[in-house]
Amino acid sequence: MTVASDIPETESWFHKNQQKIAPWLFLAPGILFFAVYVIIPIFQSFNLSLYEWDGLGKAEYVGFSNYEQLYWEYVDRDAFFISLKNNVIWLFMYLLAIPAGLFIALFLNQTVRGIRIYKSLFFFPFVISQVVVGLVFSWFYNPSFGLLNTMLDWVNLGPVNVLGDENLVTYGIIIAGLWPQTAYCMILYLTGLNAVDPEQIEAGRLDGAKGVRMLWHIILPQLRPATFIAFVVTIIGALRSFDLVSIMTEGGPFGSSRVLAYYMFEVALSEYGFRMGYGAAIAVVLFMIMMCFIAYFLWSMYREEKGH
Amino acid sequence: MLSKMKTTAAAAAVASAFAVPASAELTGDLTIFLDTSNPAPRATMEAMIGRFGEKHPGLNIETTVIDREAYKTQIRNFLTADAPDVATWYAANRMRPYVEAGLFEDVSDLYAEPAMAEGLASTKGALTIDDKQWGVAYTYYQWGVYYRKDIFAELGLSEPTTWEEEKANCGKIVASGRACYTIGTKYLWTAGGWFDYLNMRTNGFDFHMDLAAGKVSWEDDRVKQTFMNWKELIDMGGFIADHQTYSWQEALPFMVKGEAAAYLMGNFAVAPLREAGLTDDQLDFYQFVKINPDVALSEDAPTDTFHIPANAKNKEAAREFLRFATSAEEQTIINNGKNLGQLPVNAGSSVDDDKFLQQGFKMLSTNSTGGVAQFWDRDAPAEMAKVSMEGFQEFMVKPDQLDKILSKLERARGRIYK
Repeated sequence: MTVASDIPETESWFHKNQQKIAPWLFLAPGILFFAVYVIIPIFQSFNLSLYEWDGLGKAEYVGFSNYEQLYWEYVDRDAFFISLKNNVIWLFMYLLAIPAGLFIALFLNQTVRGIRIYKSLFFFPFVISQVVVGLVFSWFYNPSFGLLNTMLDWVNLGPVNVLGDENLVTYGIIIAGLWPQTAYCMILYLTGLNAVDPEQIEAGRLDGAKGVRMLWHIILPQLRPATFIAFVVTIIGALRSFDLVSIMTEGGPFGSSRVLAYYMFEVALSEYGFRMGYGAAIAVVLFMIMMCFIAYFLWSMYREEKGH
Repeated sequence: MLSKMKTTAAAAAVASAFAVPASAELTGDLTIFLDTSNPAPRATMEAMIGRFGEKHPGLNIETTVIDREAYKTQIRNFLTADAPDVATWYAANRMRPYVEAGLFEDVSDLYAEPAMAEGLASTKGALTIDDKQWGVAYTYYQWGVYYRKDIFAELGLSEPTTWEEEKANCGKIVASGRACYTIGTKYLWTAGGWFDYLNMRTNGFDFHMDLAAGKVSWEDDRVKQTFMNWKELIDMGGFIADHQTYSWQEALPFMVKGEAAAYLMGNFAVAPLREAGLTDDQLDFYQFVKINPDVALSEDAPTDTFHIPANAKNKEAAREFLRFATSAEEQTIINNGKNLGQLPVNAGSSVDDDKFLQQGFKMLSTNSTGGVAQFWDRDAPAEMAKVSMEGFQEFMVKPDQLDKILSKLERARGRIYK
């Protein structure tokens, strides 16, 4: 009995603060892994970018010299400049996936027999691996047996070697990338279209809105959340483009299809790459560029939430 | 007492010297990592390891075969983290980063043994850094021009020996609507082979090695001369179009279909060409022609090697494996036509009867007096190899950009060799 009566007096600290602690306990595994695999590596990368290290021997502190070299590569229009330029091209071209996805979604958003099959067929490229997409498009572009040149031949054009031409190669790869990305945006819009309020459409129709005006003033505003997500995934996707470049060209011909992510891999981890510090410096630059977008997205999400 | 100890020690030494070939009573685990992932080399290696295992029943051998390309990047991880006892790699500068980081075991003691010293003298240089040896070679192969004999016969051409003949031949081949040479430069190194030969023939072996070591400027007139020679072939239309999009394998069909007459390649190209249907009557080989008559001929002969990682656990067994793999008998077996189809490294072994191997062996042993190079991406440091081979590819596509390319390489030289 005495023991039982003691409990209320010495109620444990955990019991008193249970309400406050519980969320942190549930968050703990997530926070732990996020810290170990994301936050800490970010600082490690930054730290590493101040060293010269071949990944095997001793690292030598060199201050900002890696960044200085990147600057000179930029001035000399060397590999870093090309990668940066290609990243910008990727960023803009890749956004075409959003209107294309919207168009296909509108087109498929009808009740016809077997529409589910059509929808899944359009979604198919997103399901297959990027490696396969890259291979399929390399064969498509192949100058000796590719379908592209055969098709161009029908209209008496070409031949063109897309992946071997330093001015076309980046566009060729982006088009390959747009194929699955469009499917992704399409699925985002298809879900968005399900949530469009039929009463508003009815009201719009009564007011005489049709076609493009209906789309612009009635449908699109309601699709805002879908558009926002489509923007986020497309921009991040464009900046981290790596697999297609690696599969289709390995950055070639003579380095003209490099992007920052691939260049980083190339100097630090590929067959001939032994410059961990330099790779880390490129990673930091890429991170900074991504940070601008991510910060903007987070800020607009925060503003949105506050508004409601 | 002293004399007695001496005699026992001597007796033990004698006993062990005799015991080694019979059975050294090796026990424990032996882990072997191989990059011989293609089916034929893989079977060869596994059979050889099987024979080694029979000799040493007490040894538990574990073999891991890793994809050849993936191996090139994985080696850094496994040498530092979880090292095997034996690992394959490449000779010359390609092993330098690992030697300098202290990740390869010094095996100079093996080369001090009389059997090894005699048998492996020819490849000792390629495995020497700082006067020590860091591994053993197990195979090597010649490079040269593989050509379509039937096309040459059709056009009335004969094997050239001089630059003038080479160009004259090429002119006639181009006139017949074919390309002289097939090549796929997507993965860059094939262009490195052309540069090796053109530069070694134009400026000689020593100059070539100085360039690889960063001692000569890329804007030197002698280097420019090499590229000018190259440009002659390019301007003629000597190389197949769109080569920058093909791998070396994708370039093979051009030769098989007769759209190109020749291929500057390593001997490993023979097997796929034969598989594609070319007979030995259609396929032949000649040594890359002389360009500068004052320069001694030198050849590329890349060497594949075995090393013992410094962190290996069973170094005794690993050394025994290296002795076994380089023995005259094993070298004859693994390099014969049914297996690797390459050249044995041991002077005591015999070369397969295959006509290409016979020609290659003769060429390397009698007609390569200037020296034997490994290959551009094994002789030059990794970074320089990468930048320069990219430059070679660009040059082959846009020969007029030469000055821009060379100034880029010269900038890279200033940064890479410190």
